Amino acid sequence: MPLVKNATTIADPFVHLADDAELPLDGAVLVSAARFLQDPEALIGRNSPLGVIWPNNRPVDDLVPYLDRLAVVALVYPSFRDGRAHSQARLLRERHGYRGELRATGQILRDQFVFLLRNGFDAFEVKKDADAAAFAATAKRYSVFYQPSSDGRLSAWQRRLQARHSESAS
Amino acid sequence: MTSPLQQKIKITGPSVVTANRARDGAVIWRTAHQDWSTDLADAAVVSTVDTARALLAESAADDVGAVGPYIAPVTVDDSGAIEPGNLRELIRSTGVTIDIPATV
Amino acid sequence: MYAYDEIDRTLINERVAEFRDQVQRRLAGEITEDEFKMLRLMNGVYLQLHAYMFRVAIPYGTLSADQLRKLAHVARKYDRGYGHFTTRQNIQFNWIALADLPDALADLAEVGIHAMQTSGNCTRNITADQWAGVAPGEIEDPRIWAEIMRQYTTLHPEFSFLPRKFKFAITASDHDRAAIKIHDIGLRLRQNDAGVTGFEVLVGGGLGRTPFIGKVIKPFVPGRDILSYVEAILRVYNQYGRRDNIYKARIKILVHELGLEKFRDEVEEEFLQIGDGPLTLDDAMIEEIRSRFTYPAYAKLSDNPEELTKASADPGFAAWLANSVAPHKQQGYAIVTLSLKPVGAPPGDATAEQMDAIADLADRYSFGEIRVGHEQNLALPHVAKRDLPALWQALDRIGVATPNVNLITDIIACPGLDYCSLANARSIPIAQELTRRFSNETANLIGRLHINISGCINACGHHHVGHIGILGVEKNDEEFYQITIGGRADEGAVVGTLIGPAVPYDDVANVVEDIVEAYLALRQRPDELFIDAVKRLGVEPFKERVYATR
Repeated sequence: MPLVKNATTIADPFVHLADDAELPLDGAVLVSAARFLQDPEALIGRNSPLGVIWPNNRPVDDLVPYLDRLAVVALVYPSFRDGRAHSQARLLRERHGYRGELRATGQILRDQFVFLLRNGFDAFEVKKDADAAAFAATAKRYSVFYQPSSDGRLSAWQRRLQARHSESAS
Repeated sequence: MTSPLQQKIKITGPSVVTANRARDGAVIWRTAHQDWSTDLADAAVVSTVDTARALLAESAADDVGAVGPYIAPVTVDDSGAIEPGNLRELIRSTGVTIDIPATV
Repeated sequence: MYAYDEIDRTLINERVAEFRDQVQRRLAGEITEDEFKMLRLMNGVYLQLHAYMFRVAIPYGTLSADQLRKLAHVARKYDRGYGHFTTRQNIQFNWIALADLPDALADLAEVGIHAMQTSGNCTRNITADQWAGVAPGEIEDPRIWAEIMRQYTTLHPEFSFLPRKFKFAITASDHDRAAIKIHDIGLRLRQNDAGVTGFEVLVGGGLGRTPFIGKVIKPFVPGRDILSYVEAILRVYNQYGRRDNIYKARIKILVHELGLEKFRDEVEEEFLQIGDGPLTLDDAMIEEIRSRFTYPAYAKLSDNPEELTKASADPGFAAWLANSVAPHKQQGYAIVTLSLKPVGAPPGDATAEQMDAIADLADRYSFGEIRVGHEQNLALPHVAKRDLPALWQALDRIGVATPNVNLITDIIACPGLDYCSLANARSIPIAQELTRRFSNETANLIGRLHINISGCINACGHHHVGHIGILGVEKNDEEFYQITIGGRADEGAVVGTLIGPAVPYDDVANVVEDIVEAYLALRQRPDELFIDAVKRLGVEPFKERVYATR
């Protein structure tokens, strides 16, 4: 499955570790929430980048104590219709100040890249090669947005107020 | 979503496979020649669960051409004429039962 | 009218381009129907019995004459020359080809109309009182807030894949014409004791399989906080709304299962976190939106012009004046409702010719503005009273002056089994038959009475809240209809009560006649409305009358 980051397809530096697989001595690994929560300190203490795959029905609050030591949080879309992880993403970015990689995984369509980006995702496990190839073009599809969000781009309201302000200043 | 092929097939009499054409939504029926027709008279009529399942599977494989194929009941008279088996299918094959607003 | 700026126009055009690409990928087989279905629904495209159906938004029910002309153009160029106005201030075209949709959308975009979020599991078209801004006694024009809400919800990155659809309605009048109590979120504009403008917020209303009347979650939320509060509600719903069962996925079920108190606690906790955040509306932002609404330059006119007095001698005009013309906040002006319910016609349908003619009349008599109401009628909101006689003649010529507004023949009906792939029974022919059964004279004798008809349990025809509600069901491949009475959709919203076993297609109009006869015999005074009589008497006497001989 292609991994898209910074609008290009890259090799995933993280090994997806099955729950019963032996933990390698070093190297970046991505583990399930269940495995992580069994012994978080041991996994974090490995001195190699660690990522957690967090299900969309578990509050991200449980992850908060570890956020500054996680390299990746991967949020899950079990179906492209299930938008729960959109809320989790914004909470991680906006409320809990998470700055590591926020990865979307599961069923996502290229038509959802814009939404995902706006919610603070910066890495995408994409099902179809064609969707990965279309990432850059699709991400640029919209140049304006009404509401403020996690991507830090100016909302329409901010732009209008700025325009108004500069009009009255000139 | 359950694919039509995973659904339990139950037929009570002569049946056809019908769908809507992807490009314009027109009502279509599966023919005996791996094709679709907008005329119910061209439909392949099946009467057993196995033949119905086979016809549905073949129809569902055409995701580009047709949307939502399903098995629908029909009646076939002595002359072989095929008629829709219920009101919904009658409306699908003959159109709305009301006068549509004046067309120009 | 709200004037779109460059940002609004850019966004709509970018949406059209995106949808064009989605349609091309579908037609080329690059995406499956399962994937495309979600994408097309988010842009108002359903697949119905005979063809694709295309639903276009008319935000808060306000249209310019140019916009209505463009809708007529779409009806003519891409469809079969007519459109259907719905109960949610949308218009639907029934026969459009998938390949034509991008062009139709591009044409609509020229006048600032779109189909964004008119379907799918996202926040839908924001509806409002169709008399907003012209009804006497409003605190302020609720459309300013509806437009703020429209922008906030449009392509919302977090809330476009909710458990189920999500509908907002807004009113600023004591009398609720927007049916806010049967919406997922209902907003009533009000002022608190300190004179601050804000909202009473209702949540969890909705019809369908499990009807609920919305409950007050917060009696007052200041205007500056309304987006934060709404975001808190949506975030709780997005995370905790059920996704395991489509019939239990609406917010009304979450509110019901958690209980209002617990649900409110969750929302308040979230609101505490996001209050005073980027969604807080400062005065400059509100003013920015407000400043782009333009209002007519009304003339100083008499409330009793000579033209009106003279024309009132004509009984046809007098009947229409009494029925279809309502008071305006501005002296010398009136709000005129255009009935899309002539005898024998499908409720809410208008031909392209009618739309063009109405647009011209709006230019001439209503400052170029038209309104669309949830009862599936149109209105001209700013008509000088002296122009009423001339307008009436023009409306009568195009068949939209039937003086039956709010009467028994002003029926709300969904498209039903004639068009809809979800329907179990037909709605339109039942409505047509009822309009033939009751002459306008009888209808006036009966007084206000709303009949609402749905062709299936999804309740697009709002049958639960009809004074008389008719619900089509299917029994052994035949159409049957359940009858409820006593429902209402206004500020006193209540779900109607079933009177007994379903009746066959051919008997529905007879049953309605029986109910009406029982009412006429039982009412205390001629001005005791049907709905009040049902409240006083309960359903028993009506039930007895209907089933005694059946």
